[in-house]
Amino acid sequence: MAEKMENIIQTSHLTKRYGSKIAVNDLNLSIRKGEVFGLLGPNGAGKTTTILMLLGLTEPTAGMATISGYDCTRNPLEVKSIVGYLPDNVGFYGDMTGRQNLRFTGRLNGLDGQKLEERIDELLERVGMTEAADKKTGTYSKGMRQRLGIADVLIKDPQVIIMDEPTLGIDPEGMRELLNIIRDLSVKDGRTVLISSHQLQQIQQVCDRVGIYVEGTLVACGTLAELEQHIQENGTYLLEVDVEPCDDQILGMLAEQDGILGISKEGRRFMITSKKDIRPQLTKFLGEHDYTVMHLHQRGGDLDEIYRRYFEKAGQSDESDKSETKRKHGWKHKTAGK
Amino acid sequence: MVKASTGRNALVRKELADHLKSKRFLILLLLIGCTSFASLYGAISGLGDAIQSDSNFIFLKLYTSSGSSIPSFMSFIALLGPIVGLALGFDAVNSERSNGTLNRLVSQPIYRDAIIVGKFLAGTIVIAIVIFSMGIALGAVGMAATGLVPEVEEVFRILIFLFFTVVYIAFWLAMSILFSVVCRHSATSALASISVWIFFAIFMSLVASIIANAVYPVNDQYSAMVNSLNNYTLNQNLNRMSPYYLYSEAVSTIMNPSVRSVNVVTVSQLSGAISGYLSLGQSLLLVWPHLTGLAALMLIAFGGSYVGFMRQEIRSN
Repeated sequence: MAEKMENIIQTSHLTKRYGSKIAVNDLNLSIRKGEVFGLLGPNGAGKTTTILMLLGLTEPTAGMATISGYDCTRNPLEVKSIVGYLPDNVGFYGDMTGRQNLRFTGRLNGLDGQKLEERIDELLERVGMTEAADKKTGTYSKGMRQRLGIADVLIKDPQVIIMDEPTLGIDPEGMRELLNIIRDLSVKDGRTVLISSHQLQQIQQVCDRVGIYVEGTLVACGTLAELEQHIQENGTYLLEVDVEPCDDQILGMLAEQDGILGISKEGRRFMITSKKDIRPQLTKFLGEHDYTVMHLHQRGGDLDEIYRRYFEKAGQSDESDKSETKRKHGWKHKTAGK
Repeated sequence: MVKASTGRNALVRKELADHLKSKRFLILLLLIGCTSFASLYGAISGLGDAIQSDSNFIFLKLYTSSGSSIPSFMSFIALLGPIVGLALGFDAVNSERSNGTLNRLVSQPIYRDAIIVGKFLAGTIVIAIVIFSMGIALGAVGMAATGLVPEVEEVFRILIFLFFTVVYIAFWLAMSILFSVVCRHSATSALASISVWIFFAIFMSLVASIIANAVYPVNDQYSAMVNSLNNYTLNQNLNRMSPYYLYSEAVSTIMNPSVRSVNVVTVSQLSGAISGYLSLGQSLLLVWPHLTGLAALMLIAFGGSYVGFMRQEIRSN
């Protein structure tokens, strides 16, 4: 258990600037061995830059990152031999077969001969690509490329696997398989997995912990439950209710209830904002008045909501800044026009 | 921990296999093959005249003499050889980038320079294979067709000529790899490298003579008398910046033992000289600076692509 808690990826004050733009701002992140960590954020939040710095492919402007004790900038070769990287839009040599592509990666990692062939067969089996293995990768679909990509990453038997937007452009069935594979990598093999994504629903099923990234800054980090709690401490509850019969009478009755801040109607659903959790109180009340509850959902329990809230929080100050500058600019233009 | 050379060797092996299996290679081989045999046909048909004027080193004339208005093998290679180098290198790096294989490659435990060194090495090996096989096949067919047997010195001269050719084409390979590092699209890098090739092959001599005439005018009789030596020397030195000229001058010296000097020779310098052939060692001595120059140009071009590649940001898009 003690080993399980050991941090395998560690960054301290990791910063990257491109000119005046800050891509990654003072990132302090520790990822434990064997966990699945989700790095979440919108496009351009600095996720890919962070990953490139972890792999030693980009030099940080300040701070440092280590993986398994190796400095990512100074010992990139050691780092790259224990870290597998699955880039977004993973590409293969189109006029080579899947098997040949894997063989090439194996050779780059110093494997050869019978051992390599066995490993390739085993991995193709694992990602379910055995049948397509001898077709040219140019003919592969996006989902097949992604699965071959995972096999490609696993060739070197990495301790850490970094995936950049692995769920992008994958159909639901492929997604389910992909998530199962990711789960297995962590649970069965004990590998550490770092996933960067902006698609939340998929990721929340597999992540042990998540970090939320906005404009190069890590605004929140922890397990889903922790984040949820954090949000709710300084926020309000939003409840979705659908009742039968759905008449306007109920609207008035609900509004009179204690602790309800506001009610709005979206289609058939009532959206109820409140200061506290009113679910017990509400179900009792509805039952007493012969209403049947068709749907009851407390928003905020899923990552989507958490994500939205954090974005709102981080975005708000930013938004007001922007409108401020806009106004100033507009004013300047006017005076310049005179 | 994987040894650094393992990755490079694997890369060279893969690049070689890629080149040799590609249609591009087949087309290049066909192009070089056709021109070689056309030039051989020309040389053989013009051989009679050539022997009459000079009956020594006849075997070399298969490579150097032209007939039936078909250029010689030597001038064909000087003009078309660059195409081989350009075709092998123009999309070396940017196609990897656009296919998304580059970031997969750099995340393997290999040094980043192994990628560019591997590509250059594999390309050079392919060039060497093409040039040596074509050069030797040409000699073999020539031998069968004419019954001429090369002397030992001739064999050495031909091998040195082929070696020069490999260095020359490797320069163009390095140049096109440089463009493939700099340009995002392979079409852009192909166009850029072709334009450099055309400039050196066609326009460089015009530019050189314009500059030489501007610096040392030879318009009237007096200035012609004063300036013609300087004019010619400057013209030649400017031309020598072009790898095309450098190569042509070097190989025509190697392949023609009667060439005794590559610079202007005055009458006073010639007095007392015995007309004869240069030995192989002396011919080599004469063009040693050319070989150094060609190798330097190649290394500069490769160094440029190396530095460019090492400093470049690795991004998927």
